[in-house]
Amino acid sequence: MRGLFPGVRLPGVQLSGAATVAMLVVAVVVNSALQPNFWSGYALTSNFATFVPLVAIAVGQTVVVLSGGIDLSLGAQVTLASVVAVRIVDGQLDRLPQAVAAALGVGLVCGALNGLVVALVRLQPIVATFATSFVFSGLALVVLPTPGGSVPLEVTTAYRAAVLGVPVALLAILGLALLWWVLRRHRVLRHVYAVGGDPEAAYASLVPVARTRISAYVLGGLFAALAALAVLANTGSGDPFVGNELTLASVAAVVIGGTSLAGGRGGAGGSILGAIVLALVTNIVFFADVPTTYRQLVNGAVIILALALAGIPALQKRRPAA
Amino acid sequence: MSAPTVETPRRALAWRPGPVALAGAVAVVLVIAGELVSPGFAGYGQLVNLMRVAAFLGVIAIGQTIVIIAGGGGVDLSVGKVATFAAIIGSRVMAGDDANIVPAVALALLVSAGIGLVNGLGVTLLRIPPFVMTLGMIGVVQGLILAYTGGQASGRAAPALTSLVNGRIVFDLPGLLFLWLLLGLLAVWLLRRTTFGWNLYAVGANRTAAELTGVRPGRTLVLAYVLSATFAGLAGILLLGYTESVFLDLADQYMLPSVAAVVIGGTLLAGGIGGYAGTAVGAIVLTVLQGLLTTLDIGGAWRTVVNGVVLLVLLSLYGRQRRLRS
Repeated sequence: MRGLFPGVRLPGVQLSGAATVAMLVVAVVVNSALQPNFWSGYALTSNFATFVPLVAIAVGQTVVVLSGGIDLSLGAQVTLASVVAVRIVDGQLDRLPQAVAAALGVGLVCGALNGLVVALVRLQPIVATFATSFVFSGLALVVLPTPGGSVPLEVTTAYRAAVLGVPVALLAILGLALLWWVLRRHRVLRHVYAVGGDPEAAYASLVPVARTRISAYVLGGLFAALAALAVLANTGSGDPFVGNELTLASVAAVVIGGTSLAGGRGGAGGSILGAIVLALVTNIVFFADVPTTYRQLVNGAVIILALALAGIPALQKRRPAA
Repeated sequence: MSAPTVETPRRALAWRPGPVALAGAVAVVLVIAGELVSPGFAGYGQLVNLMRVAAFLGVIAIGQTIVIIAGGGGVDLSVGKVATFAAIIGSRVMAGDDANIVPAVALALLVSAGIGLVNGLGVTLLRIPPFVMTLGMIGVVQGLILAYTGGQASGRAAPALTSLVNGRIVFDLPGLLFLWLLLGLLAVWLLRRTTFGWNLYAVGANRTAAELTGVRPGRTLVLAYVLSATFAGLAGILLLGYTESVFLDLADQYMLPSVAAVVIGGTLLAGGIGGYAGTAVGAIVLTVLQGLLTTLDIGGAWRTVVNGVVLLVLLSLYGRQRRLRS
């Protein structure tokens, strides 16, 4: 019964909101009814392959949001990490380790910059990360001015393969969930929850507030780098604009997953489901034979509905105006 | 009687220029820098041109200022899309004919206000955080635009609107600048001299306290979002007069700069403190910065990088939050 005792949190895995699970079930049922071959191996593989980048960036956004911040530069970080990696790998499999390391390095540095600006310079996260997003997307254009570069064929094939009938992309999502589960047990995440819930109280309890905020943005950057690798594995080439649409979608996924934008409450389990719901909605609208010109309207309306539904449990718990 | 002797030096040390003055100084410095880098940057015609570009951001940011002052994480991310939609509606209904101006503008503003009403109701009744509500609204408005146009914007600005916006009236200044001045004064009056404005500051500073003193926060907030969307729609109409024909992402890029203009102008994102004068100066600063970067011969990619760095510096002049202390 989290919510009854706002200061007390259950250790271990947090149950993601019932609303999110219900939405996922509805989305899956509707989608499988509309898309005839939804459960076939091919459709599952290609569906999951497109989910991974959003899932990864949503996990990163969750950590930042839990710390009481928001990162509007995550999409630009995905772009920058992906173009750096694609320039380094340049189609050759033996350069893959360096490319992966470089992508993670980019995420680390970008996250650290955001963390410094928010935690030490004390700028408001919305505008500060908006400003750094210019820096990152500009640098991405310097690294790769036009779409191009290529990923080794082995990588893209492996990404769409299946191990014992389980799509690799689904394993990647499970891997991200496992990563979150491990992080959740680490002291850093406990500090992130404390700082996001009540920075003053955290400060008074000797939680290193500034350092925790920086760690949250660094983790966000590292997950953005993972999203970048997934984007590359999925598309097979570099694109200096690829991350633009991921930023706001990641925030939507976090909210649909039941994490409070005020910070301190929620978890990435919900965000992973939220990201899948978001992706399925696009699928559903496509297969529901909605006329092309109305597709986006229906899509937008359903997402607003999902955002509203995700907030209902919070609505019941906290009636008084705050 | 030691208090005065202690207080005086502290006050002298604590003195800082107000945010509006500081932002104004930054604008002047940027103009001088521009003149040094490329002579002619500070010429009369060039400055008028910059102010004209700033006007659109300035008008959109009126609504953003109102919503941000309302507090509670208030922000309207849908302003850019709403402005685009208003311009598209205006253009199609006008169809290049002066006789259609009134119905076109009325319809565009009505639709904008309706979108704002939905935003406001979502924030107050459903308690969706403003950031998320208006974020979701972007998708819906984009969908409305596609459904309304079928993917192809049509129509044209009426000549009267174009001459009102672009025509030179006095001192070789385009009418747009006078319209901005007028709307700016309206905004200041709305914030400082009306019951709504006072309620807005009260709600933004402390919602519970405002409610206990008899303000209805819900009503004030809904009105704030309606006004935000309406001013965005108005900016879209002005933009239509300027460009004469529309395209499907005409005003989208104003979304986050409108927030940045408000913050640079000294309005607190936490709500309750700030005003429109600062925002107007903030809009000018951002536009002069863009102009300056365009004149520098460094290529689009590096220009974007420099833009971000300068934006960070500008924000750190006044957008800093207070330190955590026990």
